[in-house]
Amino acid sequence: MAAPKRNPKAPRQMPPEVAPLVRVQGAVEVAGGFTEDQARIESLRCLDCKDPKCVEACPLHIDIKSFIQRITQGDVEGAFNKISERSPFPGICGRVCQHELFCESACLLGKKLDPVAIGSLERFSSDYHRQFNGKAAVENTQPTGPKIAMVGSGPASLMASFVLSQRNYRVTVFEALHRLGGVLIYGVPPFRLPREILDSEIARLESMGVKFETDVIVGNSVTLEELFNEEGFEAVFLGTGAGLPYMLNIPGENLIGVYTANEFLTRINLMHANEANAETPVNIGKHTVVIGGGNSAMDAARWSKRMGADTTILFRRGKAELRARAEEIEHAEQEGIKFEFLGAPVALYGDENGWLKEMECLRMELGAPDSSGRPAPVPIAGSNYRIPVDTVIAAVGQAPNPTLQRTTPQLISNKGKIVVNVDRETSMTKVFAGGDVVRGGSTVILAMSDGLAAADAIDRALKAQKQEAVGAQA
Amino acid sequence: MNKIIRKQQLTPETALFEVEAPRIAKRWKPGQFIIVRPTSSSERIPLTIVDGSKERGTITMVVQRIGKTSAVVVETPADGAFADVVGPLGEPAHITKVGRVTLMAGGVGVAEVLPVAKAFKQAGNYTTVLAGARNDSLRILREELLAVADEVIWATDDGSFGFSGNVVQLLEATIKSSGVKPDISHVIGPIPMMRAAANATRALGIKTYASVNPVMIDGTGMCGGCRVTVGGKVRFACVEGPEFDAHEVDFDELSRRTKAYRKQEVAAMEAHKCALGLHA
Repeated sequence: MAAPKRNPKAPRQMPPEVAPLVRVQGAVEVAGGFTEDQARIESLRCLDCKDPKCVEACPLHIDIKSFIQRITQGDVEGAFNKISERSPFPGICGRVCQHELFCESACLLGKKLDPVAIGSLERFSSDYHRQFNGKAAVENTQPTGPKIAMVGSGPASLMASFVLSQRNYRVTVFEALHRLGGVLIYGVPPFRLPREILDSEIARLESMGVKFETDVIVGNSVTLEELFNEEGFEAVFLGTGAGLPYMLNIPGENLIGVYTANEFLTRINLMHANEANAETPVNIGKHTVVIGGGNSAMDAARWSKRMGADTTILFRRGKAELRARAEEIEHAEQEGIKFEFLGAPVALYGDENGWLKEMECLRMELGAPDSSGRPAPVPIAGSNYRIPVDTVIAAVGQAPNPTLQRTTPQLISNKGKIVVNVDRETSMTKVFAGGDVVRGGSTVILAMSDGLAAADAIDRALKAQKQEAVGAQA
Repeated sequence: MNKIIRKQQLTPETALFEVEAPRIAKRWKPGQFIIVRPTSSSERIPLTIVDGSKERGTITMVVQRIGKTSAVVVETPADGAFADVVGPLGEPAHITKVGRVTLMAGGVGVAEVLPVAKAFKQAGNYTTVLAGARNDSLRILREELLAVADEVIWATDDGSFGFSGNVVQLLEATIKSSGVKPDISHVIGPIPMMRAAANATRALGIKTYASVNPVMIDGTGMCGGCRVTVGGKVRFACVEGPEFDAHEVDFDELSRRTKAYRKQEVAAMEAHKCALGLHA
């Protein structure tokens, strides 16, 4: 059989999408996966560079070039295995990673044409594997090495668990909620990341011997000291995330109908408020305004639309300054979500029973860049206007969850963010941290890269300790 | 899953559960709470920890049937289990040695005040519990209260036992007759009662703490659903509370916010009763 012919000039393949009018009726996954034909055509667009920049640009350094070449040869399972050397989460990352900011931005083909759709190919490998070989890959290994504790079950901890269990460490993940996944379960909606994908990739860790304990809040249910001294853990990784929502700090924010994006999304994503006769309800009126321009704002707006509300995203800067994934912005627009740029809320008004009825906003204009590097929104005096509204969702960012810091004063933090060195080690020996609790509101992939780096550092630290112990005996 | 070790029906509406929760049993302090999901499809509800035994690895909670989820808890059989119990959550009660402490408790708050009263007494205070119930037959945990407080005085709404009236009226009457004011008071119970207690103690110049009970989901400061205005500032009851200076709490707002899902709660309760066949 002749080698398949490279064809970089073929148009970038577009994955199918459920039509907007259909998908806003429920929680169905919006983006579909490539067909085999599409995957082959797309993989053949890859230039097979000698010095693949995409691999360097990927925070996990997945061997992108090699996995794509395997797809060109029809070896999709081989592609999946290649990805698995670095990441057991291609189903998650193929859906939620901002590929346009990492691998795809470095793709050489992208200099002249559209970059290779690396994210869609990653997802294709994972979907293919799950469909045809999902059961076969159960590893059923039982590590026997030192015990390591993960605090939180979000992307940072999951990645650290993978790396450490591969290296024979006995990993236990402690999760405060009743379900696993951290922000991937309470924050990311199932129409972006179906739960069976999340659950199956977590199940893979279980098959590698990783233990999970839900309903444990480290700091409250058990202290770090107890983990070391009583439960025999030799290192701890803190991946507790950015679970402290910023408030709007305007009058009326405690009116009924005003939610933080965290609460709104948790009620729906985690507690299924979207379902008929939901045990945990959510109040959605006719008109929703979501405040903010990041992924949480898009997710909240898209759920609001799915629950039947006329939905507007109010953002104090312009379209170019939105921080959400390009695909989510596009999907939100397709679904009929309105965008109102250069506006910010100044007050919320309610009726006599405390239900939100109206909001007052202020027009903004763009000024000189601020600390975020984006043009600062500058209020235009006297430009106040009022609009009727039933639901306001504040998606204006999050700070690290302070639960553990409260009970562990010796853990040094700066503005709530746990301070770490280059090895992700905190001010406490053998305590490492990564993801949003260190970075503030960041991304899934950077959290995973922190997990990877911390796992490496934990491995090195414990091996060095063993060496020392051996040296001391000799 | 948290196995039930003991269930005691206190009134037709109220039950006490001792459940296995070794981590919580080891670490809890008076005034803290847990979040419970009775079944794997239930919502998450906050409940005050009433007692805990490190040795037995258990904690105790008392639940009154109010909405569907609390009804499901109360109906859980003695040999059953709860899907999830997580905690301990929130800050412990402010326990200091001040002299005389009066604790006002109503409804299921009578159970919830037990560990706080005990801690105040252990700290060397003279403790008086003013306990309220609708009528004599609904007075709960009488022996347990006597064991943890120096003095227990009951008030019933219908006057069928003890003082006729509510605990706030009882506080005022007690102070009037004895001429002695407590150095600190503590109040836990339904919002109207806590609001009345705050107003009365403010007028009397008694420093008072209230343990508030807003709607919560995660209980770790993540969602902000439990926010309460205290002294004009937005506070998260789950991590900064549940106990706040009663004179600073905006009880009107708290009351409105706890009614945010009233419509859904009524519908869920009706559906639950139908499912149980309670409707004739």
